[in-house]
Amino acid sequence: MKDTLLPVAHVFALVMMVFAAAMLAPMIMAVWELDPALWSFVLSAVTTFLLGALLWLGTRRFKRELKTRDGLMLVALTWVVLPAVAGFPLWKYLPINYTDAYFEAASGLTTTGGTVLSGLEYLPHSINLWRCLLSWIGGMGIVVLAVAILPMLGVGGMQIYRAEMPGPMKDSKLTPRIGQTAKLLWAIYGGLTVACIVCLKFAGMNWFDAVCHGFSAVSLGGFSNYDASIGHFNSLSIELVLTAFEILAALNFATHFLAYSQRGISAYFRDAEAKAVVSVLAASCIGISVFLFLKGIYPDYPTALRESLFNVVSIATDSGLHTQDYSRWPIFAPMWMIFLSCIVASSGSTGGGIKMIRTLVLSKQAHRELNQLVHPSMVRPLKVGGGVIANRVVFAVLAFVFLYFMSIVTLIFIQLASGLDFLTALSSIIACMNNAGPGLGLVGPGSNYGILTDFQTWVCSIAMLLGRLEIFTLLVLFTPTLWRK
Amino acid sequence: MKIIILGAGQVGRTAAYHLSREEANDVTVIDVNEEILRDLQDRLDIRTVNGNAASPRILEAAGIASTDILVALTNSDEVNMLACQIAWTLYRTPKKIARVRSSDYTERERLFGENGVAVDVWISPEQLVTEYVARLIRYPGALQVLDFADGRVRLVGIRALQGGPLVGQALRTLREHIPSADARVAAIYRAGKSIKPEGTTVIEDGDEVFFLAARKDIRMVMKEMRREEAPARRVVIAGGGNIGVRLARELEDRNQVKLIERDQRRARRVSEQLDRTIVLNGDAADEELLLEENIDSADVFAALTNSEEANILSAMLAKRLGAHKVMAIINKPSYAELIESGSIDVAISPQTVTIGSLLAHVRRGDVVRVHSLRRGAAEALEVVVHGDADNSKVIGRRIEDIALPEGTTLGAVVRGEDVIIAHHDTTVQPDDHLILFLTDRRHIDAVEKLFQGSASFL
Repeated sequence: MKDTLLPVAHVFALVMMVFAAAMLAPMIMAVWELDPALWSFVLSAVTTFLLGALLWLGTRRFKRELKTRDGLMLVALTWVVLPAVAGFPLWKYLPINYTDAYFEAASGLTTTGGTVLSGLEYLPHSINLWRCLLSWIGGMGIVVLAVAILPMLGVGGMQIYRAEMPGPMKDSKLTPRIGQTAKLLWAIYGGLTVACIVCLKFAGMNWFDAVCHGFSAVSLGGFSNYDASIGHFNSLSIELVLTAFEILAALNFATHFLAYSQRGISAYFRDAEAKAVVSVLAASCIGISVFLFLKGIYPDYPTALRESLFNVVSIATDSGLHTQDYSRWPIFAPMWMIFLSCIVASSGSTGGGIKMIRTLVLSKQAHRELNQLVHPSMVRPLKVGGGVIANRVVFAVLAFVFLYFMSIVTLIFIQLASGLDFLTALSSIIACMNNAGPGLGLVGPGSNYGILTDFQTWVCSIAMLLGRLEIFTLLVLFTPTLWRK
Repeated sequence: MKIIILGAGQVGRTAAYHLSREEANDVTVIDVNEEILRDLQDRLDIRTVNGNAASPRILEAAGIASTDILVALTNSDEVNMLACQIAWTLYRTPKKIARVRSSDYTERERLFGENGVAVDVWISPEQLVTEYVARLIRYPGALQVLDFADGRVRLVGIRALQGGPLVGQALRTLREHIPSADARVAAIYRAGKSIKPEGTTVIEDGDEVFFLAARKDIRMVMKEMRREEAPARRVVIAGGGNIGVRLARELEDRNQVKLIERDQRRARRVSEQLDRTIVLNGDAADEELLLEENIDSADVFAALTNSEEANILSAMLAKRLGAHKVMAIINKPSYAELIESGSIDVAISPQTVTIGSLLAHVRRGDVVRVHSLRRGAAEALEVVVHGDADNSKVIGRRIEDIALPEGTTLGAVVRGEDVIIAHHDTTVQPDDHLILFLTDRRHIDAVEKLFQGSASFL
């Protein structure tokens, strides 16, 4: 155990020191605004940096090149420990206990966007900036960021990349070197974010709101600095900008890279996953808008379409920004949205859930099985978008989906046992697992997660981490073979 | 540099390993076997592409358009040559290196000349290994013999043994022992660790010593390190593959060569190709066959079959039956380490022999030759210096004034036809070939920089 953990801790210390640097942003904000949270950020940044430095010095003897298992370990360790550090300034400044602070930070880093705080607009700007920045850092992956800026993580980098990037097929890199791939991904991500912020500014937000919501939308996080979320602005142009960027962020970043390097949009049309994402979203928005209109929720169809477009896309892509308390819509609509949040986001995007590619693989596999029943000696490879999917990948997808559902079911039962009502238990776990944000019932968009007991909050925190790391990476920590020599 | 390697066989994998270790290289490997690629990608920081190496579509997917060097190492000469041709015709890839085994192709110089197949450099691992083994047989007692400056200077690795006059003495005394010859000890390894060779360093029994000397002086220097061995007369080769046959042909004029081949038909064909070699049909691990052929009086037994396990076993058997010196081809570096300390005298690693000729092409600056040593941990290279005293960090300086990185020895200077063994007061002149020895190849970057200042001026 000592031989496994300490070399990983040595690299983790570096990640921590990098992370401490991220606290400079809210610190500068606090100095600028002369707000009272400054001290909390200074204290947290210094503590984080010192802890990292001490850990680094203390484990220097164990420095070695990372092996396969170390990559997994590093990613899992980072994601479990960093929320504790990131939540520190929140805990220090706000009147919340540590459980809630951890939840809030984990919710940010995993891009869930469910909050325990209310009265967001009255918080200091620095606190809101920090929440949204957490989403943004977590969106593309903390360790991938570390790989991009710390060259010494090169060896074993593929494992890190695989452990942190969502999706079933991660063997193809954009460039030969993992460090370059990471840099590229972050460059695309950063570019999208800047574009989003500028568009939001032109759509009518002030710079601060634009930055916060830009971070939130492109990372598919979902934190807003208003209790009413986007409903606060009541602006069609803002909603359209956010919808567009949420869809972009829910597509595979490798496809963005291809489109960028070919200077054309043909890459999107060749990406079977992207096509599926867009068609499912379009069909659902129109369907739900018609449903809402027929049910008489909204007096005219354009309003129904506007509300349905923004909220459906936002929940389905696992962002979680909202304009309406959609939990008051007839139950079919919010349940369908929650279902979409499980499947819509692409692999290699910043969204959560099962991912569209896995859904496609499984539906094709089901189709193949059916055909096999009719033609027992049929030979047919499983193809998605013209490419053959290896059976190995199909099995991995099956195992993932099994674990995904078992995790959801287990956690729902735990929530039920702790005394939550069914709808809240179900929706909170699914929303956390998919990193979507608001659930239904007690944790719906109209209220927040602050209402849960400490125990229930921890369960939700676990669900978020499980979902972000696609279960395997976190569960592997509990595999005895990892710890054996 | 952007490099594409075709073929993830033994040589391809070793090349990928060595090339990707250097920060400056972006390596992509293409192979038809997905399993091997996945395994490779897990261990190395490279990109892999699954598919036919000679297909333009696959090459494009690997990014051939912006590639600097294409290294074709698949096991088919034809695929390698075609891939190079495609890379040149369609994408103008600047440098194309191909493995071409068959002498049918390599003998015809015009084939790769102007308007020929677009292969800039061809390498034949079999040819390289054969030459390597032949040199080892020519210098009994040597662990490694490597050529620089077309063979005018050689780097010899030797294990110092009690009985050599220099063993137990300080290095400085080498000149007094052999005043007529000049040599430079480039590195000493004691129990696997490198020791900086200085005038006062005392050579101990069992040290692995690397020295540079002009070709004519090598025997004399070797005599200092261990008792002289009689030149090999009787050579037994196990395995009638490409390497075995080439080696037999090279040696048969001067030595008495026996070649053992298991397959009867192959044995017949081999016997047709060779004139004086005695070709035997049988198993090289057959004790009776070996005894019958007087293995106990053989000076060298070389196991050169495709199967390294068979090589190890037959070599060990031959040693036990009395062969004076045994060598075996061993591909796995871990095996080689195991074996060399045991009963097999020399482990020959084809990849290490081959990789040097690849590395010379990815080095910055004008590097003529690179030899990878000690399983890639050390490196010996021949660099040409260009420019003048103003724009070069080395020209016009005395060797003691050159800021060589740690662990680097400048062993010899080749100026035109002359070989000058480096001493602290030797002055470097333009167009000299310098022979350097790096005990730690991680400093290669610094060495490249030192010599590149002038290369960019060209």
